[in-house]
Amino acid sequence: MEDLKKELKVKIIEVLNLEDIELSEIGDQDALFGDGLGLDSIDALELIVLMDKDYGIKLSDPKEGREIFQSIETMAAYIAAHRTK
Amino acid sequence: MSKNTIYINGLGSVSIQEQSRNFDLSTMLEIQQGINLAKQPSYKDLMPPASLRRMSKGVKMGMYAAKIALQESDIKTPDAIITGTGLGCLIDSEKFLELLLENDENHLTPTAFIQSTHNTVGGQIALQMGCKGYNFTYVHQNSSFESALLDAFLQIKGSELENALVGGIDEVGSSTYKNLQIAEKINTEEQLFESGVNAAEGATFFFLNKEATEKSYAEILDISIENTMDKNRIETFLSDNNIAIQEVGSLFLGSCELAVDKEYFSSFESLFPTAEKVLYKRYVGHHHTASAFGLLLAAEHAQKQVCNEKYTLLYNQFEGKDHSLILLKKC
Repeated sequence: MEDLKKELKVKIIEVLNLEDIELSEIGDQDALFGDGLGLDSIDALELIVLMDKDYGIKLSDPKEGREIFQSIETMAAYIAAHRTK
Repeated sequence: MSKNTIYINGLGSVSIQEQSRNFDLSTMLEIQQGINLAKQPSYKDLMPPASLRRMSKGVKMGMYAAKIALQESDIKTPDAIITGTGLGCLIDSEKFLELLLENDENHLTPTAFIQSTHNTVGGQIALQMGCKGYNFTYVHQNSSFESALLDAFLQIKGSELENALVGGIDEVGSSTYKNLQIAEKINTEEQLFESGVNAAEGATFFFLNKEATEKSYAEILDISIENTMDKNRIETFLSDNNIAIQEVGSLFLGSCELAVDKEYFSSFESLFPTAEKVLYKRYVGHHHTASAFGLLLAAEHAQKQVCNEKYTLLYNQFEGKDHSLILLKKC
């Protein structure tokens, strides 16, 4: 699980062009949206594509996404349970 | 139409030359390479870092040049933002299309697609400046910038606008420019082609206002965009503005010095045997909106002119198409 969390942080920094953010600055339980990392709705779309492309997980329910994208920890837990690749 | 006059009250640019607010042709380096990339300023000095992360180079260059141009005036928000671009946000367009291929038309990410449109720069500037006024982007190949300028000129003349931020932006996209080298339209390091240009990128913005200030660079007297150009058209353009040929003191020419262009520029120059001549693409390279940088040089030159009676005339065209004339007067 720790490896998956680190992998997710690397991918998020790369995909969302978070050039000024170091890996160590993203806590496992930090909020990804709002006051935490400050991601927005376009970032949410990028994360949905990332889940599909890299882990074979298709998210169609926006309410589901809200739960999954709370933090690195919630994302990693969901991916570990549902990944198809 | 009213008799409003139009002044250039602010300038800003990002180009292949070092950043400057007062370019000196005698110290500017002439370009030698087929593809020349713009010297990137420190964007974080002018823009919030969080807003920079999604911006491609063209958006950043345009935003920076627009902010510098507006800073020279006392205006916080312009009435209008009007831009011109030949190829738009090429880097994001290429990225989006490459991802389409790479992912077999699945998993399409939104950012590059959203940012790939030609009006992204104008839209982003409006968002940053809180400008809810007229916002338009012209995509007319080598007269894209002139079209934007003409729009602002007519609207200020007609009192529909009091001021406008007008600019030209084009960025180098590696795939597109590589293909243009294969097509022998852009020179390579190894070879100068007969129809090859030294290409570049950049963004240049102007703050235009109907009121002159102490800092005004020049007055824009007239603009004309033509499908063809000849001696009569030039003479008519000048006589419409009550100016004699010998009153034109300086020419700023958008010549790429190609064989196909020679006839047009030679016959143009022959009308003004005593005028000073500047071939600005030697310094800024060719791109669809390079004429915006030509206007910047001409406006700075007009401001420095000692003699009030001399006018500055810009002529641009490419491969016999997209002819344009811009006439400046010292303020």
